[in-house]
Amino acid sequence: MSLLTVSGSPHVHDKDNVTRIMRIVILAMLPAFLMSAWMFGMGAVKVFAVSIAACILFEWLIQKFLLKGKSTIGDYSAIVTGMLLAFNVPSNLPIWILIIGALIAIGIGKMSFGGLGKNPFNPALVGRVFLLISWPVQMTSWPKPLGIASPLTDVITGPTPLGILKESGNVVDAMGNPAMPDYVQMFTGQMAGSVGEISAIALLIGVAILLLTRVITWHIPVSMILGAVLFSGALWMVDPTMFVDPIFHLLTGGMLLGAFFMATDMVSSPMTKWGMLIFGFMIGVLTILIRTFGAYPEGVSFAILIMNAFVPLLNKIKPKRFGEEVKNG
Amino acid sequence: MLKTFKLGGVHPAENKLSEHKAIEAIEAPEKIYVPLGQNLGAPSVAIVQKGDKLKTGQLIAKGEAFISASLHSPVSGTVEKIDTHVDASGYRRDTIIINREGDEWEEGIDLSKDLIKEITASSEEIIEKVKACGIVGLGGATFPTHVKLMIPKDKKAEYLIINAVECEPYLTADHQLMLEKGDEILVGVQILMKAIKVDKAIIGIENNKPDAIEHMNKVASNFAGITIQGLKVKYPQGAEKQLIKACVNREVPSGKLPIEVGCVVQNVGTAFAVYEAVQKNKPLIERIVSVTGKNISKPSNFQARVGTPISLLLEKAGGMPEDTGKIINGGPMMGKAINSIDIPVTKGCSGILLMDKKEALRATEYNCVRCGRCTTVCPMGLEPFLLGLAGENLNWEIAEKENIMDCIECGSCQFTCPSGRPLLDNIRLGKYKVGQIIRNRKN
Amino acid sequence: MSPIIIAIIVLGASALVFAAIIFGVEKQFKVIEDPRIDEVAEALPGANCGGCGFAGCRAFAETIVKNESLEGMFCPVGGNDLTAEIAAVMGLEAEEKAPQVAVLRCNGSKKHTPEKFIYEGAQSCAFANNLSAGPGGCPNGCLGLGDCVESCEFNAMYMDEETGLPVIIEDNCVSCGACVKACPRNIIELRNKGKKSRRIFVSCVNTEKGAIAKKNCEVACIGCGKCVKACAYDAIVLENKVAYIDFEKCRLCRKCVTECPTGAIIELNFPPRKVKEEESSNETNV
Repeated sequence: MSLLTVSGSPHVHDKDNVTRIMRIVILAMLPAFLMSAWMFGMGAVKVFAVSIAACILFEWLIQKFLLKGKSTIGDYSAIVTGMLLAFNVPSNLPIWILIIGALIAIGIGKMSFGGLGKNPFNPALVGRVFLLISWPVQMTSWPKPLGIASPLTDVITGPTPLGILKESGNVVDAMGNPAMPDYVQMFTGQMAGSVGEISAIALLIGVAILLLTRVITWHIPVSMILGAVLFSGALWMVDPTMFVDPIFHLLTGGMLLGAFFMATDMVSSPMTKWGMLIFGFMIGVLTILIRTFGAYPEGVSFAILIMNAFVPLLNKIKPKRFGEEVKNG
Repeated sequence: MLKTFKLGGVHPAENKLSEHKAIEAIEAPEKIYVPLGQNLGAPSVAIVQKGDKLKTGQLIAKGEAFISASLHSPVSGTVEKIDTHVDASGYRRDTIIINREGDEWEEGIDLSKDLIKEITASSEEIIEKVKACGIVGLGGATFPTHVKLMIPKDKKAEYLIINAVECEPYLTADHQLMLEKGDEILVGVQILMKAIKVDKAIIGIENNKPDAIEHMNKVASNFAGITIQGLKVKYPQGAEKQLIKACVNREVPSGKLPIEVGCVVQNVGTAFAVYEAVQKNKPLIERIVSVTGKNISKPSNFQARVGTPISLLLEKAGGMPEDTGKIINGGPMMGKAINSIDIPVTKGCSGILLMDKKEALRATEYNCVRCGRCTTVCPMGLEPFLLGLAGENLNWEIAEKENIMDCIECGSCQFTCPSGRPLLDNIRLGKYKVGQIIRNRKN
Repeated sequence: MSPIIIAIIVLGASALVFAAIIFGVEKQFKVIEDPRIDEVAEALPGANCGGCGFAGCRAFAETIVKNESLEGMFCPVGGNDLTAEIAAVMGLEAEEKAPQVAVLRCNGSKKHTPEKFIYEGAQSCAFANNLSAGPGGCPNGCLGLGDCVESCEFNAMYMDEETGLPVIIEDNCVSCGACVKACPRNIIELRNKGKKSRRIFVSCVNTEKGAIAKKNCEVACIGCGKCVKACAYDAIVLENKVAYIDFEKCRLCRKCVTECPTGAIIELNFPPRKVKEEESSNETNV
């Protein structure tokens, strides 16, 4: 008879593991990807493929030649980072910029801290913000959604709704039509923007998958949206002519993408329920703050990164211990 | 209405394969191994010598320390020798080895099946009897029962809570016992109530055993003061503190015993053993053991004498499957993996679980992804990832500060960890080290 | 008045006030510390290994200065040279101490002590020791999970993958004793380095009966006592069914090594024997 195994209890394990979580996250992002391919055409597919390939390649290279450890690309986390990075850039971004973004995301955002689980910031956002600051023109020239047959090059670009808002006026496009899409267009994704952020409906399908499979809990998305809605709502109530309504904030830019896929990143979000609620709420508030009063039209990425930095502090919030305070009867 | 405890908890697959399998008594083998350390606390001290003739039920080792229990011969025969024999952990411990000759019982033990309902013994007599019969907690912790029944002078018990939760997956011994010995158990409960002078007892049963709840409810209507409380299925409901929380909604303060909130918790198997001890004068020499596992051809509930080698139980359950990768003494969440089937059944052995090679392996280990699930499922409201890390880094100050001693080692954190980290391994080490540090500080 | 002059006056005045506060606090709360503590601490290696039995190098220095004595105070890392140096600072007499080195008193390699089961779980000897007797079956033997290697601050240990036992790199070992404390089974011992680093010791601490010990491990000390009889210097004692060689008394005659029926006694750094027979102990791993 071969040897028995001896180990400490427990001897059974939940079926859930990191690889399964990553696979589900990938699955949940697919609707948004399909939607953007539908809107932006091959440009989106190209950005997507390049980003994922670059992230996997860099993780493999760094693990093999710098950290000299076992390959970690099997845990799918590089693919998730690649997808998230692609979601956060315009579909006409030059390939070389995107590859630099992937290098920053994986190299600095993730592997420099020791790989999956050790990074304090969301790697994809580190890459994204690096690109936004370094190549602001390329990162903010958004192609107009022209459908699946959009040309790969020489696309017509236009501002995002938030950009239009920043210019504070009824911008008209080259054809003289009002540039601002209506809410239905925003909801389905017929607006300019980053690859993954445009379609609210696709993102909602994605988050439903995440919630149903219990990969994430409701705390962060709900509290983030709540924070954004309450803060922007308060501003709007004060002066509706100066500030836009909360629904606009919700449907535009990366608000939903951030709330569902980026703020909920396990590694860079707090551990306890109360920590998560404060974390999400503050991201929502900061986003609106940056959008309304900051220099950039969009603030989700910055808001999430800022709150990522507060996570160690938020982790000081302890869960209630059993038997800590005695309330009997 | 179904109740449960609030904080944390997990839902492992139940796999109650040996459910509703009638209890089958196993004839003791020719050679019996009785380890001296079968209870929590100090090991018993042998009072027999090589060559002594024994009768079944005869006292062979005394519990001399305060927290210790007596041992009785599970068979009649001759003491071959008192030597060391491997126990469940692989270490050698002092063991009385007995050669069986027939099965002649000590006089004064009532072997009839008649139910004796009338309790004549007084509270002190009951505790004395329980002590003399070597009864320990049969849920697995093996804490000497008579010690638990001695309520400190400044405290008063209000409730007796009977643990019939059996929240460990696979195990069915208690379930089957309730179905077959409901009356005896309830008399046992009344004896325990008398011993600790309470008039209310609650039997907590998880609702994955609806037939047991129904049966016990029916029987309990004949007994005053005993309620059956159905509980929602959630692990670790069978943990003392969680069970009290679920049944009477009281929280035992950190570092304190259940009596602090007026509760005494006893296992349902213990209640049956107490019945046999007090009413029938029968010492604790046998117990119900579930032998189970996905590859076992005949998952069963056996009634086995203490000291029966596990190999014999496996044989009776259809033999050990070829690709067995792990043998667990107890349930899959808190049981101990053993490396030999030669070890004997002890008082605390509630089940033998076999796992195949694939099940035996742990989940792949990744870096901690800080998902916080361990914190969510911890029934004690601790942060297992922090404690695990403290254990890994040998940082006992942090471990103590983060209340590592509150951990009940239920394993929910490690069960749920998506990164497959050995959280409980490290926490156990931390508990052991911090315990040492605290003891040293007191001295 | 021009703003510049106002600024100069304001800043200058506040600078004076703060300077006065700092001066006052400095005077009021000055901690007077023996300057020798700094001097002694300076001389120490600063590794804070705890080999001296104190929390760190500074605590060690403080105790020396406080007690004005070197009694029982020995920094194994710095050795005798350092003691002399500290003695000079303190104006005390230095006492010579024989240099020591850590030795592994277990030879239960994967070959000698075949695995009886597979251990899975935290890579910690301390935990595995609590869990079970270990895959080798020996309740006293090396568990091979490397708590000692982990504890070594001086790069003097590594795990030999082939044997599954830790190896002590003699030249790096400063005999701080961290590994001795780390080992849950007290296998590692600090022994005198000996002349030309030659050492003889019993590489086994198993206290079980000989037959059981031998069943688990072919190089176990079975407590037969042959070495005790062979020793002409009374250096070997048999206690708890295991032999122990007192390094203070041992004259390195090597008689016991040939006498041992299981090869549990190990000789280190000796020239090869003239006799033809091959000693299994030559392939030791220390």
